[in-house]
Amino acid sequence: MREIPVLEVKDLRTVFLTDAGPVRAVDGVSFTVMPGETLGIVGESGSGKSVTALSLLRLLEEPARIVGGSIRFQGRDLLAMDQEALRALRGDRISMVFQDPMTGLNPVVRILRQLTEHMVAHGRATPAEAKSRAISLLGRMGITAPERSAARFPHEFSGGMRQRVMLGIGFANDPALLIADEPTTALDVTIQAQILDLLRRLNGEFGTAIVLISHDLGVIADVCRRVAVMYAGEVVEEAGTAAVLADPRHPYAWALVNAVPRIGTPLGTDRRLVAIEGAPPDPLALPAGCRFAPRCPFRIARCETEHPPLAEVAPGRLARCWVTQAGEVLPKAGVAGFVGTARIPVATQPILSVRGLEKRFPLPRESLLAPRRVVHAVNGIDLDVARGETLGVVGESGCGKSTLARLITRIHAPSAGSIVFDGQEIGQASAAEIRPLRRRLQMVFQDPYASLNPRMRVGDILAEPLIAHGLIGRGAAARERVTELLATVGLNPAWATRCPHEFSGGQRQRISIARALALQPDMILADEPISALDVNIQAQILNLMLDLQQRMGLTYLFIAHDLAVVRHLCDRVAVLYLGKVMELAPSAELFARPLHPYSSVLISAVPGRAGRILLQGEPPSTLAKPTGCPFRGRCPIARPICETPPPLVEHAPGCFAACHFPGEFAPPPSP
Amino acid sequence: MLRYVLTRLLGAAVMAVLAILVVFLIANTVPGDPVLAQLGDLAASNPDTVMEWRAKWGLDLPLWERYGLFLWGVLHGDLGISIASQRPVLADIAQYAPATIELATIAFVVALAVGIPLGIAAAVRRDSWVDAAARVISLVGVSSPTFWLAFIMLAIFYGGLQIAPGPGRLDPIAFPPEEVTGLFLIDSLLAGDWDTFHDTAAHLVLPSIVLAAATIGLITRTTRAAMLEAMQQDYVRVSRAKGLRERFIILRHVLPNALIPVVTLGGIAYANLLAGAVMTETVFSWPGLGRYTFRSAAALDFPAIMGITLVVSVSTLLVNLLVDLSYAALDPRVRR
Repeated sequence: MREIPVLEVKDLRTVFLTDAGPVRAVDGVSFTVMPGETLGIVGESGSGKSVTALSLLRLLEEPARIVGGSIRFQGRDLLAMDQEALRALRGDRISMVFQDPMTGLNPVVRILRQLTEHMVAHGRATPAEAKSRAISLLGRMGITAPERSAARFPHEFSGGMRQRVMLGIGFANDPALLIADEPTTALDVTIQAQILDLLRRLNGEFGTAIVLISHDLGVIADVCRRVAVMYAGEVVEEAGTAAVLADPRHPYAWALVNAVPRIGTPLGTDRRLVAIEGAPPDPLALPAGCRFAPRCPFRIARCETEHPPLAEVAPGRLARCWVTQAGEVLPKAGVAGFVGTARIPVATQPILSVRGLEKRFPLPRESLLAPRRVVHAVNGIDLDVARGETLGVVGESGCGKSTLARLITRIHAPSAGSIVFDGQEIGQASAAEIRPLRRRLQMVFQDPYASLNPRMRVGDILAEPLIAHGLIGRGAAARERVTELLATVGLNPAWATRCPHEFSGGQRQRISIARALALQPDMILADEPISALDVNIQAQILNLMLDLQQRMGLTYLFIAHDLAVVRHLCDRVAVLYLGKVMELAPSAELFARPLHPYSSVLISAVPGRAGRILLQGEPPSTLAKPTGCPFRGRCPIARPICETPPPLVEHAPGCFAACHFPGEFAPPPSP
Repeated sequence: MLRYVLTRLLGAAVMAVLAILVVFLIANTVPGDPVLAQLGDLAASNPDTVMEWRAKWGLDLPLWERYGLFLWGVLHGDLGISIASQRPVLADIAQYAPATIELATIAFVVALAVGIPLGIAAAVRRDSWVDAAARVISLVGVSSPTFWLAFIMLAIFYGGLQIAPGPGRLDPIAFPPEEVTGLFLIDSLLAGDWDTFHDTAAHLVLPSIVLAAATIGLITRTTRAAMLEAMQQDYVRVSRAKGLRERFIILRHVLPNALIPVVTLGGIAYANLLAGAVMTETVFSWPGLGRYTFRSAAALDFPAIMGITLVVSVSTLLVNLLVDLSYAALDPRVRR
């Protein structure tokens, strides 16, 4: 007897009815999920993956509308159901977990009620039964003291805890299907690892089928056996996740796989990543042929004119591509990456030298009588950056990495310690003394939407620093320099008269970089410059940064939470925890043989790799000044001696670690 | 929670002391000579009479000394003697305040009872006829001058249709209930006098609607905006994904969040109703603080003006304290 699929989506079409015409956000998507199965949906922003997820539960809001296809849940057509029948399924047989746990819980309602209300509403439990079930659920989700936690309000929980609560809500009625839309995107890597592990366990324990939506193939590989790759509203490839990762059969999937540096792959000699140019097609004017054809490096004549169907290219593998359907094999991308040992800085004069750097932020008093509280953001950092190198700074949120960048650029004044830039002490220097140095030390920020003034034209944004520093007058000279800058970062110089909102995220980040380059700096501090971007755009920006470094001899301080990217891009890496350096080592050394247990844990938390060490708990509050080794509270090998702070000591040439037992914690098995 | 309350109470006390100082300074530095306002032309032309009169009311003392006396008096519940009525100001206020409190409170309840449901309906059925009707009601309420609205209401319901009683708190031939609180609704209930209760309630209908009109508009618009914003939040989508009924989501998830800004506005609105009933009270011959204020101001009766200002500022502080406490009840993030 053939088993009935939990979910069978056929030719689903969802459009946004806009003034300019219907935007086909989901355009003929089909897939099937069997009971207990796990399916991932991956794609860039705008690919239609989230709209697909919302369509499944018919949770779309105006002006989105499902205009075609069928969605069968356990054989029943969801699109033919009335609202009441649909409501009976939602939160009961099918549940959904959304991206942002910070806003998904109602701030004025206790956790307990948010966990129990739909158990009671669906008649699964009396309020008393629901309560005891909720408490046991919280325990299973890994929340300590579940009874007390249930009585709390969401603001008393961290992001990771809230996502556990959201998962608890999702599993409350033991659903047959859970749809999770980017459930870990807002979380730190170690917390992400915990949540993904939990999802995998729940899939096993409850036998719940899971549809996991993510932009990160690694995340999907962690949980899902199969994956559907979406592009411009269509599924372009569907196959086993491992197979897609190893041997993608659609050029877009190929680009996705190769745009991201993998932490497991050996480092090669070239740091450039595979980046496909261009952007997804305008959904109002989709190309007649293959939608990826305009960007596809492998396209043939037929791709331009004929729209390919999703067809089997190998047993169990579907792809929407004329090339692979004809039996062609997409080439293996050259082993990207670079063994950075050739350029490890010798004991030359560093361009930047930081010693004993500290920063405390006093918080406003909560009331007249309350004691003043202080955030200990940076607690004694020592670092040297050699001229021309790229130093990566990694760590979870709250580790002080952004504060460090703001201290070095003297956006903030340090509470203690020294910063020497090119032989000049700037830690305590006055604003006037720093001003001439500012042009040599520039910053690129994370959010390209917030860091460009929306009311200024791009040309003015780029000319502003030049004029402010008196390097150039207004008029022809400024225009010429702007043209040059735009060309340098790969943008059309004619766009100087446009405003930031006319550009995509990746283009804006290019503008941010052009602005930093305007003053011909020696050093650029980039604070998560690619984390707000889609993977393909990330690859483009990273390649651009590499080119610029080679051409201009720039020094980078590269702040990121994505370890694979850091490993790929950086010569050396500093690992920060609670405002202190835990380890500082050449990139290749650090990732091959981490000395500090925290480095090992961080590396193993990167999704899409085996041999994970799950770290319990979350980083402690920054309101208390850490004593002893800051990591000892979560360290798997902590011992009494860790009460005394370990100094940052060189254990191998160029490899520094602040640990009493360097290298003792077994590194995760290298795949 | 207790600490939160104590902190707010302390803050309110500090504000009250500052308010007293401000009240005193304003009253004693505005131009205008009470002598001329109170004494006849003949008496005012006699320097001896003027001196004697000034000494009697303490107007010959230096400013700081008068402030000391005033503060001392306030601390003992003594707001001085009204120049116009020759009675203790506190006694005057105690006589007039209940009428205003009764009117303002009923008006406030009316404003909330109409404004909040109307705002909710307008948000839930956005762009429907309900929303349009709510918009018209708000606009009319906010933009109609009070005296005009009062006359129109009287003309229609009292003069024309004759279904509402005329001005005043009671029929001219009725006796007020035995005074306990001064609030006729409560006093008549306490006395078990149903006729008077009914009469009082009937007399409250028109003035409270007139007084509430502007506040209804504000509360409706604020509730609607707050509801619309709360309905955009992710937890609403999560609630829908849980399969909860729309009605439950609106009442149990959206409304508690949307009420937070409404409470802020409500506090300000209630304080305004207490202090701003002059027009309504005048048209409806309501023997309340508004009319007392008007009379005292016309007579430059400084002790009375200071007394009223003080009472109004203290009651505003009390209302704000209540607002702060309701925040704590509504929003767990405020509690510490």
